[in-house]
Amino acid sequence: MVDNFGAIGIILIFAILFPIVMLAIPKMVAPRKPGKEKETTYECGMETRGETWIQFKTNYFLYALVFVAFDVETIFLYPWAVQFRKLGTFAFVEMFIFIAILLVGFWYAWKEGALEWK
Amino acid sequence: MGNIGGGLVFLVFALVTVFSAYLVISSRNIIHSALFLILTFIGVAALYAMLDADFLAMVQLLVYAGAISIMVVFGVMLTLRGGPENSNGDTRNAIGGAIAALLTFVVLGMVIFTNSAWLTTGTGISGGSTVSDVSWLLLTKYVVPFEVAAVLLLVAMVGAIILAKGVDDSK
Amino acid sequence: MPQYGSGLFVSIAHLIRGLFGGTTVTADVVMTVINSLIIWALIALAALSLILLERKVAGWMQLRTGPNRLGPRGWFQTVADAMKLLGKEDIFPAAADKWVFGLAPMFVIGLSVMVMAVIPYGKGMVPVDLNVGIFYLLAVSALTTIPFFMAGWGSNNKFALLGGMRAVAQMISYEIPLVFSLLGVVMITQTFKMSAIVNAQSHVWFILLQPLGFVVYTIAATAETNRAPFDLVEGESELTAGAFTEYTGMRWALFFLGEYANLFIVSAVAATVFLGGWQGPFLPGWIWFAIKVLFMVFLFLWFRWTFPRLRVDQLMHFGWKVLLPLSVANILLTGVGIYIYQLIYPAIGG
Repeated sequence: MVDNFGAIGIILIFAILFPIVMLAIPKMVAPRKPGKEKETTYECGMETRGETWIQFKTNYFLYALVFVAFDVETIFLYPWAVQFRKLGTFAFVEMFIFIAILLVGFWYAWKEGALEWK
Repeated sequence: MGNIGGGLVFLVFALVTVFSAYLVISSRNIIHSALFLILTFIGVAALYAMLDADFLAMVQLLVYAGAISIMVVFGVMLTLRGGPENSNGDTRNAIGGAIAALLTFVVLGMVIFTNSAWLTTGTGISGGSTVSDVSWLLLTKYVVPFEVAAVLLLVAMVGAIILAKGVDDSK
Repeated sequence: MPQYGSGLFVSIAHLIRGLFGGTTVTADVVMTVINSLIIWALIALAALSLILLERKVAGWMQLRTGPNRLGPRGWFQTVADAMKLLGKEDIFPAAADKWVFGLAPMFVIGLSVMVMAVIPYGKGMVPVDLNVGIFYLLAVSALTTIPFFMAGWGSNNKFALLGGMRAVAQMISYEIPLVFSLLGVVMITQTFKMSAIVNAQSHVWFILLQPLGFVVYTIAATAETNRAPFDLVEGESELTAGAFTEYTGMRWALFFLGEYANLFIVSAVAATVFLGGWQGPFLPGWIWFAIKVLFMVFLFLWFRWTFPRLRVDQLMHFGWKVLLPLSVANILLTGVGIYIYQLIYPAIGG
């Protein structure tokens, strides 16, 4: 028997192959006529000005931070959910505390306006 | 799967992981470094999966490849100044870094080869998947670290917000 | 309830396995290869039919006819579009970061293939029934943000970069409610295995036990797939085509393929987790599954043609300050519910 992740590995090969096959077909049939004008950056007919790769605002970063905190929370919540019914009251109270602590952080982020798009 | 096949797959993923980790430090463009870092994370996840640590592999994907990487990318976008072409060209500390890496490696090797206690991990406690084992241990034996993790997350979140806000105010 | 004809594909699979000695490694490998090819076909089929469906439904909702020229009632329209795209030139903008730009669409579609491996299409019809099934699904689809960033950044185009960054910000904002909304179901079923989640719904669908979870999931899934009313990622009135602005030909089509594959995936997950998957009377399981997926797809299309697009600050506000608290409330409610249930019926718990 091939174990489950072996099968996932085989599917990974096909996942990599799929776009390659899809791109190989137009490689054979589609025209390839590069041109200076054609390869300019598209900006609705205007010449593009200045740098594109510039500094972005902190907002994005703040969202990413809060996201990471909650993402880490999910990896604790999911195992808890699996065992929840077996562990009974203790686990329930435990998780309640866990979520409550994180909600404090969430409340702080809310209060500080980290969730505000400006 | 046979041992040879398994070894070959391990070799492929190990090479992908190590090579992309090398590219993280050698890329001149910091965005490329960030993207190779994601590939490294994915490679590590594959290695976990090969060790039958299925839950850990998924955590690696979800948290590192899915979340930390986005944070890194946004962090890079936040600090990027004056074009990305040579944004990661600073290798003044290459020798120091190499020495630090080598020392870490030696310490890890010493721990691994001198402590044989954990080499044989034995079977899971519940006989099921690693998920139920992990969760069982988390909620019974290691309940204090579990709650401490929540506090740690809280502190991390608050600290990060204060730091990022500070950046905002100074502008 | 009896189902007729459910075992059709399972029998075929069994037959093929028989040719290679039943439970040998070869048989497993061959079956996985066949499954992968089926997933390829399914993605192509899903994209071709869902695009047509989308246009037809859009036409119907706006009292138009929709595509009606090619073939009977215009049914061959997307096939023709796909053929056309195959023959289109693949343009790399001179300013783009070639590798990042070129690889992004390939990642999108590759991730879709990976996710589709764990969906139960019918009784015994899960390509890979992982122990960590639903968690794998969430973890792998979490990676979808990366190709969006790659596309946006690699294009070296201001529209594309803004679109890409917005896409990432939006997807991470709605990922947490999405992940939390499925947690209630895991609490009830106590398993990550997709097939076990379907089996647990033989008496009652989880949409009845988890109505709030379903609502949160549906909204978050709409945002995760960047569909209207959350489609400001490619809001054409402000960002041309967002992260896809510079893409042409097949590379662009791969994004589109990925988009519709993702629409299929979120619908399939909703059908599996909340609507009982392949459970249902009389009809074969895989037909029930298809019906439920189509129902969910229709729901998403309906959203698209009903709600106006949100503004970016409204979108973030809604995700973090409405959906996230709701999904946490759902977890707590589910916990309390199960707890009370176990007090009343101690025999059933654990």
